[in-house]
Amino acid sequence: MSSTILQVENLVTAFDTDAGRMTAVDGVSFDVPSGKTLGIVGESGCGKSVTAFSITRLLPQPHGKILGGSIRFEGRDLVTLPLDEMQKTRGNEISMIFQEPMTALNPVQTVGRQLAEAILLHKECSKAEVLARSIDMMKKVRIPAPEQRLNEYPHQLSGGMRQRMMIAMALINKPKLLIADEPTTALDVTVQAQILELIADLQKEMGMSVILITHDLGVIAEVCDEVAVMYAGRIVERASVFDLFANPLHAYTQGLLESIPRLDSKPKTLLKAIPGNVPGIADFKPGCRFAERSGREHNQAHLTIRPPFVEIAPNHFVEHCPICVS
Amino acid sequence: MSLLTVQNLQQHFPVRGGLLRRSVASCKAVDGVSFSLGEGETLGLVGESGCGKTTLGKAIVRLLKPTAGSIQFDGQDITHAGIGALRPMRRHVQMIFQDPAESLNPRHTVRDILEEPFIVQKMGTKDERRKWVLDLLDKVGLTASSTDRFPFEFSGGQRQRIGIARAIALKPKLIICDEPVSALDVSVQSQVLNLLLDLQRDMGLSYLFIAHGLNVVKHMSDRVAVMYLGKIVELAPAEELYHNPRHTYTKALLDAIPMADPTKRRERQLLRGDVPSPINPPAGCAFGHRMKHPNWEQSVNMDLTLKEISPGHFVQPCPCCT
Repeated sequence: MSSTILQVENLVTAFDTDAGRMTAVDGVSFDVPSGKTLGIVGESGCGKSVTAFSITRLLPQPHGKILGGSIRFEGRDLVTLPLDEMQKTRGNEISMIFQEPMTALNPVQTVGRQLAEAILLHKECSKAEVLARSIDMMKKVRIPAPEQRLNEYPHQLSGGMRQRMMIAMALINKPKLLIADEPTTALDVTVQAQILELIADLQKEMGMSVILITHDLGVIAEVCDEVAVMYAGRIVERASVFDLFANPLHAYTQGLLESIPRLDSKPKTLLKAIPGNVPGIADFKPGCRFAERSGREHNQAHLTIRPPFVEIAPNHFVEHCPICVS
Repeated sequence: MSLLTVQNLQQHFPVRGGLLRRSVASCKAVDGVSFSLGEGETLGLVGESGCGKTTLGKAIVRLLKPTAGSIQFDGQDITHAGIGALRPMRRHVQMIFQDPAESLNPRHTVRDILEEPFIVQKMGTKDERRKWVLDLLDKVGLTASSTDRFPFEFSGGQRQRIGIARAIALKPKLIICDEPVSALDVSVQSQVLNLLLDLQRDMGLSYLFIAHGLNVVKHMSDRVAVMYLGKIVELAPAEELYHNPRHTYTKALLDAIPMADPTKRRERQLLRGDVPSPINPPAGCAFGHRMKHPNWEQSVNMDLTLKEISPGHFVQPCPCCT
C-alpha cells in the first residue's frame, strides 16, 4: 500500500435551512494517495463541492456544519483544527481552485496583487522576492509575458488565462494537496485539454496530490488514478480508474457510462438514458437513493435501510444495495 | 431540394468608440458562411466559444439583420424580410436555447408559455389551444398536471423539455438547437438528446444543432460543419469528419475531447493559445495564423472558398492547414 495524504472517514456535512437541517454529504469515506489524483464525479447536487468545502473548511457560515466524521491530513484532524491553524494550512499546504475564475478572482485588484497576497499571507518576503516568485510561477503556468500580465485586471484576461492565474495562486506556496473543483467546466474543450495537461505536469514536478471534482467522465478517464462516484450525498462506488471503467458495479455508474455519446457510436441512434431526475436534497431517502431511477424493483427494506459500503474486490468499494449491485 | 440555403452570409457588428460613439471597427462574428440543409436532416455546428456559431443561428431565425449574403428558407429569400413578412415564416423556424432557466418567462405558467405561439399566430379557440398544450406536454414526456406550474418548479431537464415543447408547438420544419444540453446533468442530457431524435423521426424536423462538444454533435448529426473565427473551415458527413478530418483545426478539436476510456490515454497535440478576437481578424487562414504556420502567408491572397475534396466533404483549401 502506498501512503495516503488525506483520509476522510464517514464525513457528514449539513446545512441549516428554514425547512430544517439538510444533509448534503451523508457519511462519505475516501483516501487520497500521496502524489496521485483522486477524481470525484457526480451530477449537480450530489455533494461533491460540499465535500471539497468541508475539507478546506470553507462552508458557508453559519448555516454549513460538519456534523460528524474526520478528515485526517498528515496526522491532524481538519474537522477539529482551530481556525487560526486552519488558516495557516489553507492556501499553503492545501489549496483550492474553483470553477468560475471570473467570480473567484477579485475584479478590482490586479492579478499580480492577488498573487502577492497569496505569498505574503503565509510568508514574509521582500518586494523583490515576491515579484520574482510571482513571475516564476506565472511562467510555470505558461502565461505569456508575465511581467505585463501582473499589472492587468482579471477582465483583461481570457477564460483560459484566468484559470491559469487561479492555478498560479493556488500553487505558489507549493501545496501538498490541490483541490480542483470543476476547473475546466467553464472552458472550451481545447483550453480544457491545456489546463488538464498543465495540472498534471505541475503535479509531477511538485509531487503534490490532487482531488479533481468534475461531472465529466471523460475528464476522469483522462487524468485520474482513483475515482469516487457520488450520488445524492453518498459515494456509491470507489475504485481505481481502470477498474471502474472496465468493471462498473453499481447501476448508477453503469448508467452514467452508458449514457455518454461516444465518438465511435453510430450517429442518430438512441442513447441509453437514466430515467427521471437527480433528486433534490429534500428528497434524499434513508435507503438506496438510486432505487427510483434504477428501473429495478426494490423492496421496503432496500428503501429504508442504508446499504453498507463494502470492499467487494481489492480496492474496489461499492454501496452494496443488493438490487443496484448485481 | 434543400429547406435552408445560406450563401456567403456575413454578420458584422460595429464596435463603437470615441466621444461621438462612431463606429471605429467591426466585429466580424460571421464572415462568409455558406451551407444548405435538407428536410429531415441535422447539420451539426461546432467550434470554440466566440467562433460565431450562436450568431449564425440567430441570423438564420432573423433575430439579427445580416450584413451581407443571403438566407433562403423553403424557396423564399428571407435575408431582408420585414417583421410582417417574417411572421408566417417564423411558424416554421423555431429555436431551442442553451439555458432553459433564462429562456422561459419566470412569471408565466407552463400553459401560458405553450399557448403563446398559438395566440401569436391566431390559431384555434381557447379550448382547442388547451387541448394542444396537453398534447405537447405528452409529446415531450411531461404530465398534464404541469400546466399550472411555473418554470422554477421544474428541474433543468424538465425545463428544457418545456423549451422543446414550445419550439415544436407550431409544427415547424426547422429548429435551431443552440447548445440544448450543455447546461444539463449528464444523466439528463441523454434523455433530452433521445427526445430530440424521437421528435425528428416523428415530425420530419430539420435541425441546425449547435454545440461545442464534438461527441454530442457527432451523435446527433448527419453532417457536421466546423467553424473557426466566423468561417466554416470544414464540412463533411459526420462519420467521414470523424474518421478522416482534413483541416488541422478539426483534428485539434477531435484530439481535445476527453475520451471516457482510461485505456486510451494518449499524448495529445495540444492547441496553444486562445481563439483570437473577431475584431480585425488576421487575413488569410485565421487558424494558420494562430498556429504560426510557415505557409500561412501564402493563404493571405488566396481564395479560401470551401473545396469539395470527396463527395460531400468540403474543406477550406489553405496551404497551412489542409
